[in-house]
Amino acid sequence: MVRLDHMIDAERKYHEELKCPTFDTEPWVAGPSLSERRVAIISTAGLHTRDNRPFTLDPGDYYRVIPGNIQANDLVMSHVSVNFDRSGFQQDWNVAFPIDRLREFAQQGIIGSVADYHYSFMGAHDPMSMEQEARTVASLLKKDNVNAALLLPV
Amino acid sequence: MLAHFIEEEEVPTTQISLIRLHTEKTKPPRALWVSFELGRPLGIPNDPAFQKRVLLAALKLLEARSGPVLEDYPEDAPASHDMPTTLACPVNFTQEQVNLSETEQLCAAFRGEFVSLQPWYDMAVKKQERTTVGISGIALDDIIDFLCSFLEGRVPENPRADVALPYTLSMVIDDLKSYYYEAITAQPGQESVSSQVLTNWFWSETIAGQVLFSIREVSKKSEDVLMQIVGSALIVPTSVRHNQSRIGDTV
Repeated sequence: MVRLDHMIDAERKYHEELKCPTFDTEPWVAGPSLSERRVAIISTAGLHTRDNRPFTLDPGDYYRVIPGNIQANDLVMSHVSVNFDRSGFQQDWNVAFPIDRLREFAQQGIIGSVADYHYSFMGAHDPMSMEQEARTVASLLKKDNVNAALLLPV
Repeated sequence: MLAHFIEEEEVPTTQISLIRLHTEKTKPPRALWVSFELGRPLGIPNDPAFQKRVLLAALKLLEARSGPVLEDYPEDAPASHDMPTTLACPVNFTQEQVNLSETEQLCAAFRGEFVSLQPWYDMAVKKQERTTVGISGIALDDIIDFLCSFLEGRVPENPRADVALPYTLSMVIDDLKSYYYEAITAQPGQESVSSQVLTNWFWSETIAGQVLFSIREVSKKSEDVLMQIVGSALIVPTSVRHNQSRIGDTV
């Protein structure tokens, strides 16, 4: 249903006119087969543990860390936008944070393992302002031996 | 865009794309475009088989030889119940009481509606063993008073010391909506109701929706710039503001 021609005019116009950065380079890092990948989720849904401070639009308030052993009732969403569906996440956290599916894939040997830490940004910030934090998260992923970052928008 | 920076730091990335146009412009290394609605990158709740197919398609892109790769996922999300269903609260709480102001009557009706949903909310928590209510930190019992104080022209004390009051307002509203959505979807026959039906119900048929429209108007007139932003953009969804003028006319 997220086809631009299915949206109301105001929303479609917003998405069509949204400034997206372009880059001079096209980074590409090769890796092993899927069964040897250690996967971490990087969400932009404004997810965090229940006891974490909720997200705001304050400069610098860009990401939260989600432990890999988190249980469903400990994960909440505090994205400031009201223009996306939350009822799917309310009914099943895997709609936006498919940790159960990744755990199953790891058990079945489809992927190598699930990371010890996952991360969530809050997508209402200008993405270009989050460059430094994205690079910081990448360095943290490497320390967790992650060789597959799965980015999920809302 | 995040993928570009992370891949530059030598961590391979793959991603789901919801707005294809944006992905075409930013060209992340690997992306799977899906036709699902915003908020649902894996497509549909409580369908592990469907979610696994989507997830595997996104992960398989990691084995591509070169990129950038932008692939289209072939399946649409299975249809949920898009037909109008009866999601009305069972009692009409808007009974006129002569000795109360219009705002007091609205808030009394709001409280009645909220309380009537409590058994269903409790049922939802029991069934799901989980709730997404609770980001504001305000007790459920205090939500009505907090929100109604805005309608009564009072600025309530911010119960949170760590964020500004407009953010607290936004979080309390999120909690309120989660409470209503979780409660109504716990009722018989509503387990797979579509997001569109839920949105229409909340904003067209509940007193809570009316109250939030009123708070929006109050917030837009605030002298606090952040409160104005919350009022303008972070209370009522854009699609609701444009589609449901009927409610706007009545508030």
